[in-house]
Parts: sequence; C-alpha cells; structure tokens
Amino acid sequence: MLRYVYAADLHKFPKLRDTMFRDRAEQFANRLGWEVTVDENGHERDEYDDLNPLYVIWERADGSHGGSMRFLPTSGNTMINDHFLHLTDGVRIESPFIWECTRFCLAPDADRRVTAGLVLGAGEVMLHFDLSHFVGVFDPRMERIYRLLGVVPDVIGRKGEGDAEIGVGLWEFDETARPRVQGRAKVTRKDSLDWFRRAFNIHNPLQCALALA
Amino acid sequence: MTKLEDMQDLLTQATALEELQRVTENLRDYYGVNHVVYHWVNSVGERFGCGTYTTEWVDRYVEKDYLHIDPVIIGCFQRFDPVNWKQLDWSSKAARSFLKEASDYGVGSQGFTIPVRGPNGQFALFTMTNTCSDEEWAEFIETNQRDLLLVAHTFNKKALAFEEGVFNASTPQLSPRELSAMTLLAKGRSRAQAADEMSISEHTLRVYIEAARHKLGAMNTTHAVARALAMGLIVM
Repeated sequence: MLRYVYAADLHKFPKLRDTMFRDRAEQFANRLGWEVTVDENGHERDEYDDLNPLYVIWERADGSHGGSMRFLPTSGNTMINDHFLHLTDGVRIESPFIWECTRFCLAPDADRRVTAGLVLGAGEVMLHFDLSHFVGVFDPRMERIYRLLGVVPDVIGRKGEGDAEIGVGLWEFDETARPRVQGRAKVTRKDSLDWFRRAFNIHNPLQCALALA
Repeated sequence: MTKLEDMQDLLTQATALEELQRVTENLRDYYGVNHVVYHWVNSVGERFGCGTYTTEWVDRYVEKDYLHIDPVIIGCFQRFDPVNWKQLDWSSKAARSFLKEASDYGVGSQGFTIPVRGPNGQFALFTMTNTCSDEEWAEFIETNQRDLLLVAHTFNKKALAFEEGVFNASTPQLSPRELSAMTLLAKGRSRAQAADEMSISEHTLRVYIEAARHKLGAMNTTHAVARALAMGLIVM
C-alpha cells in the first residue's frame, strides 16, 4: 500500500522508515556511487530529510519499504535552488504549484508494481494539492527506468560526464495515463483514494469526490 | 468589490503591515467568508500577524495562551499541504471547548489553512474561516484552493521582504531566461514559438514563466506580462 508520511510522523512506522533509509543507501551510495552520507545505522540521509519533507512510500505486506520519493515545496529550501541553479540557466524554480521531488528510490528487489504505485502516489499529490509539476535532480542512468514507467522527465539541463552526470528534470502527471498506471500497480481508483484520505485524515467523502470531478 | 488581481497588486505594492491588514479585509469581503488571517513566524522565531479576527477574540486567545492547544497551530506547522480544519485532530476535550469558544467569538465552524514554507525556517499560515455546512465548505475549497494558494504565497513573499528590511514596492529581479520568455509572450508569440526560439522544451518554458509569475506576484501569465511591462522589466 501507499503511505504519505511527513518526516515528523516517520517514527510511527519504524520498520518502514529504517528500511527506506537503508534502501536509499543501497541505491544512491552503493549502486549509483553518489557522494551521499551513510550513517552508522547504514541509513542514507541528507540535510533535506531534516526539513520535514513529505515522503510517499510503497509499503510491502511485511511493513518494509518497497520504494519511495521525497517532496518539498519550492518556496522553502530545495536541493535545486540551493545547489543546482547552474543547471536551470540561473532560473530559481519557485512556485506554489511546483514541488521538488528527490530521492526516487526502489528497494533492490522491487517489482514494476511498486514503481507504478509510486507514480500513482505522485499523481494523487499533484491532483489534491493543485500542483502542475515536480522538479528534481536525477541520475541520467535512471532514465531507462523512467522510460519503462512512462514517466520520462523533461530535461531542463544536465552537466557532467559518465557516472558523474546529473540532470534536472520536470515531471507532470498525465491524467489520461491513470488507468494504465493503475493497471500496472494493480491498484483500484478507490484504494488509491482511500490510502490518500487515510493519510491526510479526510473524512468528508465530498472532499475527494470533488477532486475526481 | 475589488477583483482578485487588484488585491494581488495591492499586496505586492504594500509597504507596511497595515496594508496587508487591509488586504485581509478585502479578501474577506470578496469571498464573503467570516475571517481571513495571515500569520507568520520569521527565521528567528518572532511571530507576526494580520487579519480580521475581532480584538476580543485575539485578546482572549493571547490571554488563555491558546497557541499551545490550538489544533490548527499544532497540526499545520508540521506540514505544507493545504488543510480543511475537518482533517485536524479535535478529539481532546481542550480542543473541543476551544472550538466552541472560537465559534462563540464569531470565528465560524469551518476553517481552511494553507501552510507556507519560506527559506531558512520561516513559515506562515494563511487561514479562512466561515459558517456553513461541511459540504458547502468542501466545495468552497475545491473551487478556490488554487487562487488561495496564489494569495497565500504572495502574502508570504511580502513577509519575507519585510523581514529583509525591504519596505518599498521593489521591482523583482528576473533572470535573463525569464526575461526572454516574458518578452516573447509580450510580443504575442505562442508558447510553442517562444520555446522554439529559446531552444527549450515547452514544459521548461512553462516552468520559467511560472517562476517569473511567482516573482511578479501575478495571478496568471497575462497578468504577469502586464506587470513586467508596467515595471519596465521588459520593453517591446
């Protein structure tokens, strides 16, 4: 299932939290070789995890992490505006309708269902919070995976060579793609909305029904 | 009745807190709601606010130190998604009696709060309250959320400027790429043409325009182009 959890509430899901930060270490430090910090618990964390970001996490039946991503509003501190302005032609990307999405991570044995589930979660966030785009730095070696998922970023800029190459990308959620993504994730529209409603404590069915209209 | 665009203009040109106060009153009348409040905490933890709550309610709130039990404050400072007050935790006895009292003071039975996060720990809450049914309120939010997000962020840009000691209606700095995009739109180019001339994708162009719109405190692209022209940022 999908969970939408602010960092401040991660302590309520210790197994999910620990396996997420461990899988991030596996993906970003070990597999992609990024210069990230891995702590004594084997968790990959950076300064943006301390800014109370919103995580969208696929939780497996045993309560462990299947995949995740991290969101921050672009009106506050973001990785792109703090460190990668040279990749956006100097344009500071700041808007109530654009959030930064970083640390897109999959557990080493995650199947395609998980990735499709995460795309759905990102779509719910976009729909309910009136967002038009997500922006984020990404490893161009992930582009093949994004293409398989049908979430190819629009590349604003890229720098570097080989393994050190990094890109800044833009993502939209195409509502017409929803049925296909739901099919891949094996998630119904109702389940997806129920998970979202539960996470944000929305009891008035109208509040979500209207989002659907 | 003032248009939303005029209120945005009033906000971006505000040079003092009293003018922000006037915009909250205008917004209350424009939307026909009970109250509009904008409240922020700067990067060193100082609190500021303006809004239409009665002085009786504000005094009562301060006197009873409700800041520490108010579910809106407790619930919204740890998130950045817009919140219908129905989503908050009102289960404690203290919270319920607080809500009852707020209602007696005319706050209303419904609320909607947009948390806004600025850089370096600065944050703010933009709130609207009303007296109506749950269904009416959900519909009100659905209809107006997007515009209210714009307004909330414009308030916050002004708050950040005040924090930096900028009290004049200063002209925002647009980057060369933002200026090119706005100039091409002002000349009547379509997005596709403008993107083509700038050798960027249409998505990237849209995001550059959105970044410029946000800096200019405009409601939409047309308004942003008009403002950029009026400020002399771009010339035809």
